[in-house]
Amino acid sequence: MTWLDTGITAGIWALEILAIAVPVALGVAYITYFERRVIGWIQVRKGCNRVGYAGLLQPIADGLKLFMKETIIPTSANKLLFVLAPMLALTPALIAFAVVPFGETTLFGLWDTVHVMAIANLNVGVLYVMAISSLSVYGVLMAGWASNSKYTFLGAMRATCQMVSYEISMGFAIVCVLMMAGSMNLNEIVHAQAGGFWHWYLLPLFPMFLVYFISGCAEVARTPFDLIETEELVSGYFTEYSGMWFATFSLAEYGAMILISLLTSILFLGGWYAPLPFLDVIPGTVWLLGKTCFLIFVFIWFRATFPRYRYDQMMRLGWKVFLPLTLIWLAVIGIAIYTPGLSDIINFWRPGVGA
Amino acid sequence: MLELAFFYMFAGLAVVSALGVVLTSNTIHSVMFLIFCFFNAAGLFFLLDAEFIGIILILIYVGAVMVLFMFVVMMLEVNFAKLREGMLQYLPLGGMIALALFIEIIAATGSGVFSPEGIPDPGHAAQSVNNTVEIGKLLYTRYLLGFEIAAIILLVALVGSIVLTLRTRKDVKYQNISRQVNVRPEDRMHKVKM
Repeated sequence: MTWLDTGITAGIWALEILAIAVPVALGVAYITYFERRVIGWIQVRKGCNRVGYAGLLQPIADGLKLFMKETIIPTSANKLLFVLAPMLALTPALIAFAVVPFGETTLFGLWDTVHVMAIANLNVGVLYVMAISSLSVYGVLMAGWASNSKYTFLGAMRATCQMVSYEISMGFAIVCVLMMAGSMNLNEIVHAQAGGFWHWYLLPLFPMFLVYFISGCAEVARTPFDLIETEELVSGYFTEYSGMWFATFSLAEYGAMILISLLTSILFLGGWYAPLPFLDVIPGTVWLLGKTCFLIFVFIWFRATFPRYRYDQMMRLGWKVFLPLTLIWLAVIGIAIYTPGLSDIINFWRPGVGA
Repeated sequence: MLELAFFYMFAGLAVVSALGVVLTSNTIHSVMFLIFCFFNAAGLFFLLDAEFIGIILILIYVGAVMVLFMFVVMMLEVNFAKLREGMLQYLPLGGMIALALFIEIIAATGSGVFSPEGIPDPGHAAQSVNNTVEIGKLLYTRYLLGFEIAAIILLVALVGSIVLTLRTRKDVKYQNISRQVNVRPEDRMHKVKM
């Protein structure tokens, strides 16, 4: 490989990364707009509609406002970690997108083989996403500690406990999917669900779908699990942040929300496959993004509908309801796979493994 | 060549961050250095085609174990200036242990067991080799007994830690969710004839 080839490869990588990072950033900006309009609609009011046509420039105005604001660093804060913490929160949320397959394409027949639209097609894709998203805890912990204030510190502890607790049930829900698909490659998990919505893991793993999505909701601290950032608890770990550094945290939150929605579509809703096989003429990416948009809408719907959990209720839900439920379902799937009569039924969803 | 460059980058950063763990005076910085060190170790595993082990290293150590470390360090508030007072006192003994370890490492690397001739380069595995599957096959067949014993030890540790930390206080009011939900108005209110 010559230097020129290396340069070209690096250039293609950079383009691939930009092709995902830029839409994600734009997506985050417009999800805030979408959220305000949808909540407005649910609560029978207008939502933001002044800046630009129908308020479409509102996210840009908000971004500009946050950008122009002064960044205040408390005198007693640990300056290095205080500045580093928002970055530590944002980076995992963005680099987890590297393995997400957005569809398959032959580039309008230009290529002979079908290529997966992902930056990296890892064999351990699911584990990679789990590992990377578990790192966002450090941003939270560092922010709370570096601010050197007891309120942010307690907020960080609360947030960390919540994230760590719900990660476990999320992990077990994913294990059920892995048992069905027989692979940790996100691409192959989608392939295993080919051929109509009755092949999706939504059906055999319906409780796990609920557990995964609700745990995802808790993981990214959306309502009803947003007691990480509530006003009545002094806003939690980012009380001392202002301006752009503050915005970075919400950027990370919304980025993680997109990621959870994408992964739920991939793991349980058949990824880029249409619900009915004859609808596959519409490109797969449209289906995947459509499913993702619907799940994001559900997130917003939750926010407009449910009251906030109390801390002990939230812990109870994670440890005493979701964790046993996932373990039971793990056993149900495992036993079903190895029981002669039942395995025929369950193997319907395991095309690569069973009959 | 690119691989060699990456190896020196990961290895060098691992050594530098490991030094940072012991040399920095701030415990939180120390933990951050340790996290960075684990990352570079995971990078070394990736270079060896062991992507499963690399990812598991990040998932378990960085994602879970180090969070606990961080909790403990934040909660304890260790005063390191105080701990350092006796440093000169322990220096001779510590120095001797360090020297002995160093000599052992030099002797081990020089013995020829770890030379390129001793361990031939296995080359890269094919793209189709999925080392998660390979590790799984070995763990559940050849090393099943060891695997199960490890699982039982972990279970015992889990139960043990719960038994050690679970204290029920008699004077605490405990919420029973199902009882709360099942309460009827008649249980709380009753009419009084005046």
